[in-house]
Amino acid sequence: MSVPLTLLGLLEREPSHGYDLKRDYDTFFGRGKQLPFGQVYATLGRLARDGKAVAGDAEPGEGPDRKRYAITDAGRHEVDAWLAEPVEPEPHLQTVLFAKVTLALMLGKPASAYLDTQRAAHIRRMQELTELKRTGPLVDVLLADHALYHLEADLRWIDLTSARLADLAEAVTNR
Amino acid sequence: MNTPAVPACVSRGSLIEARGIYKSFGQTPALRGANLTVRQGEIFAIMGPSGSGKSTLLHCLAGIFTPDQGDALFDGQIVNAMSEADRTKLRRTAFGFVFQFGQLVPELTAADNVALPLLLNRTKRKVAYKTADTWLDKLGVGDKGGRRTGELSGGEAQRVAVARALALAPKVIFADEPTGSLDSLTGEKVMDLLTDLAREQGATVVIVTHDARVAAYAERVATVRDGIVFSVDLPGVPASPALAKGAS
Repeated sequence: MSVPLTLLGLLEREPSHGYDLKRDYDTFFGRGKQLPFGQVYATLGRLARDGKAVAGDAEPGEGPDRKRYAITDAGRHEVDAWLAEPVEPEPHLQTVLFAKVTLALMLGKPASAYLDTQRAAHIRRMQELTELKRTGPLVDVLLADHALYHLEADLRWIDLTSARLADLAEAVTNR
Repeated sequence: MNTPAVPACVSRGSLIEARGIYKSFGQTPALRGANLTVRQGEIFAIMGPSGSGKSTLLHCLAGIFTPDQGDALFDGQIVNAMSEADRTKLRRTAFGFVFQFGQLVPELTAADNVALPLLLNRTKRKVAYKTADTWLDKLGVGDKGGRRTGELSGGEAQRVAVARALALAPKVIFADEPTGSLDSLTGEKVMDLLTDLAREQGATVVIVTHDARVAAYAERVATVRDGIVFSVDLPGVPASPALAKGAS
């Protein structure tokens, strides 16, 4: 999650105070981890310095910073470019689990059992996410869907790898 | 219904059990000593790739197939020891079925399809159709009651199939790839309705699926590989009656 670009995107809706941005960030993107006020204001300061946002005059009132920030054209371009750029696919599980399976086969350890344990962990997490979908707001459902599809893809890889273990063992031990 | 043999040991709290079930089709073994325990009121998923034996297991548990060896138990009764007539009666009164392609009668209306099992159980016509309307409403297809099921979309037809299964107030719903022919969102809606309404009714649900997202609706999941059941709670260990009891 890119905090600066997300805040910039929130600013594109309408000029906002730091407080409002933090509230909306926490609501939609925080997922239980709140963004510190200090990070919000530091980020807004950098966005203003880089010409992606402009700060209005200080407004009277309580609080550390009563400036209203607005996005600039440069900021809008940046958000557009970020949204249009595909996210790097990260085969994170395969790199770790692939290494584990390959090593287990090389060492004559029970790769099949490791995969079964991983499968059980994946299914348990999918059960938790499915329950979350049943009770959570639509934003959480959307996030849970994303996680579920990734876990499902991992599971397919686990199943396929389980079916190929004998061939894989031959491939990694006969070198 | 004649009282069938009751085994010496029935797992506490279990409604459905597979005990050492073997089943072959010709020379091809589908199940090779499958053990399983499903508790009263739970949603239980059986996963496995194509040809793993998971559908054969479901058909044995539901009394559709007779095991070559081993027993399928329902509520302490050995299903495969029952007469064919008693098994048919059991399927008609205690079990509801949802299959991948609905298996509705396409020439009949949605309401006819839902009412049919009730009529076969000698429910009065008026009551059967009122019950059918109620369940079609619950499944969100109340306005389709007069439509022939052959004219319905896949999602609508599957909702009718779920209504048909639940209208009987069955003790068990056997669902074989219930979302296999549906797109993701429609499949999710069908699963939400199936599991929510089954819980509301206190029905036990046994789902066979190759889809992990469908299996994730279940409280417990088992996998079938090469005709043997493995509990996800005990990875890598083939389920046995004793282990199944321990796991539950």
